Amino acid sequence: MKAPPLAYIRARSLAEVFTLLETHGDNAKVLAGGQSLIAALNMRLSAPELLIDITRIKDLSGIEVRNGTVRIGALTTHAEIERSPEIRKFLPLLAQAAPHIAHPAIRNAGTIGGSLALADPAAEWPACCVALDAQFGVAGKVGTRRVAARDFFKGLYATALRPNEVLTHIEITVPGPEYRSAFVELAQRRGDYAIAGVAAVAKRAGGTLTDLRLAFLGMGQAPVLARSAMAAMEGKRAAADTIAAASEALSRDLDPAPDLYSSAATKLHLARVLTGRALAALAA
Amino acid sequence: MSPIMEQALETTLTVNGTPVTRRIPARQHLIDFLREELGLTGSHVGCEHGVCGTCTVRVDGKIVRGCLMLAVQADGRRVDTIEGLSDSGELAELQEAFHRRNALQCGFCTPGMLIAAQELIANEPGASRERIREHLSGNYCRCTGYQAIVDAIEDVLKK
Repeated sequence: MKAPPLAYIRARSLAEVFTLLETHGDNAKVLAGGQSLIAALNMRLSAPELLIDITRIKDLSGIEVRNGTVRIGALTTHAEIERSPEIRKFLPLLAQAAPHIAHPAIRNAGTIGGSLALADPAAEWPACCVALDAQFGVAGKVGTRRVAARDFFKGLYATALRPNEVLTHIEITVPGPEYRSAFVELAQRRGDYAIAGVAAVAKRAGGTLTDLRLAFLGMGQAPVLARSAMAAMEGKRAAADTIAAASEALSRDLDPAPDLYSSAATKLHLARVLTGRALAALAA
Repeated sequence: MSPIMEQALETTLTVNGTPVTRRIPARQHLIDFLREELGLTGSHVGCEHGVCGTCTVRVDGKIVRGCLMLAVQADGRRVDTIEGLSDSGELAELQEAFHRRNALQCGFCTPGMLIAAQELIANEPGASRERIREHLSGNYCRCTGYQAIVDAIEDVLKK
């Protein structure tokens, strides 16, 4: 279908965005890459009176590495992250995850900030940001604040963003050189919504995995940090018995809802399979 | 509503090398603008929610979904459609390979397939069959003629 009738303003500054949001409240929506929002408009799942296009605002895109921190502007596209030599070098998890996001034409337009602010439970970036313990820069009329990724995702399409706030950037501390990462996902077809996926990061030293983080997507209303499985594996060598123990512990972390294709038991089973693959990749 | 909140906006974009200025309703998709206002009906409208890829066009040199972009968002940008890319000769080799390999049946997906494939050929001249399939994962062929399409793209890559 076609989008419903609406008004459109191309904002020139964040100050203008805040004023428009204040004036129009819930009748306005912020438009970034539009790869979810415009689809939602077309399907009439959303019908704002006003779209505020933020894509021409300066300083909201780009990737910068400074003092051991990677700063990614909210308007940086999935494709820019996928191809960035800095990301490949300093945050390989993001480079591993990017090819799983939809299809090339969508990655050319969709943005990381848009994906995080939407908080689709099957999306890749939220789980990556939880695994990497990212901090989000958030701006509003009264000022800016930082929100940890682990406190940001509140539920199905629900975040810690207050009305009239905009996510401006993501900051991630570069893990040390001894860290390894893996991103594994199952989907019906390449680029489809994930049935299950996991973003995994750990320090590998002397054959053991420490500071392990396993963040799941598609397994709940928001990304899930699998603390029991992480604890079961902490400081251990990745072998058949330790991987089995960590996978077993997942039943305490994950309580997936069935979807159209998979029962809850199937989803938990798939999460265990993915955990085994991710841990093997971290240890390899 | 304040004067700035208009339902239609004067928009200038460059389509296949030619600057175009029109008042465009804010809700109109880029693909509908190209087809209905400019008569460029080579790009097709399929699912209208970003799944099928038949509306693939290029904006500022990159492939995008014409149904997931409003025409007003293309203000100041360069848009290339199958008509322009075909006339310029950029797709000639690929078109010839599609013809030779019989890589289309009804042809509805073909413009999107060609534009998407050309991006892979330009960016990854050494792409494998697996990479071709990944790159085309967002372009559906309802006649299911994928094998011949992949063959045709592989022919061009191998040249």
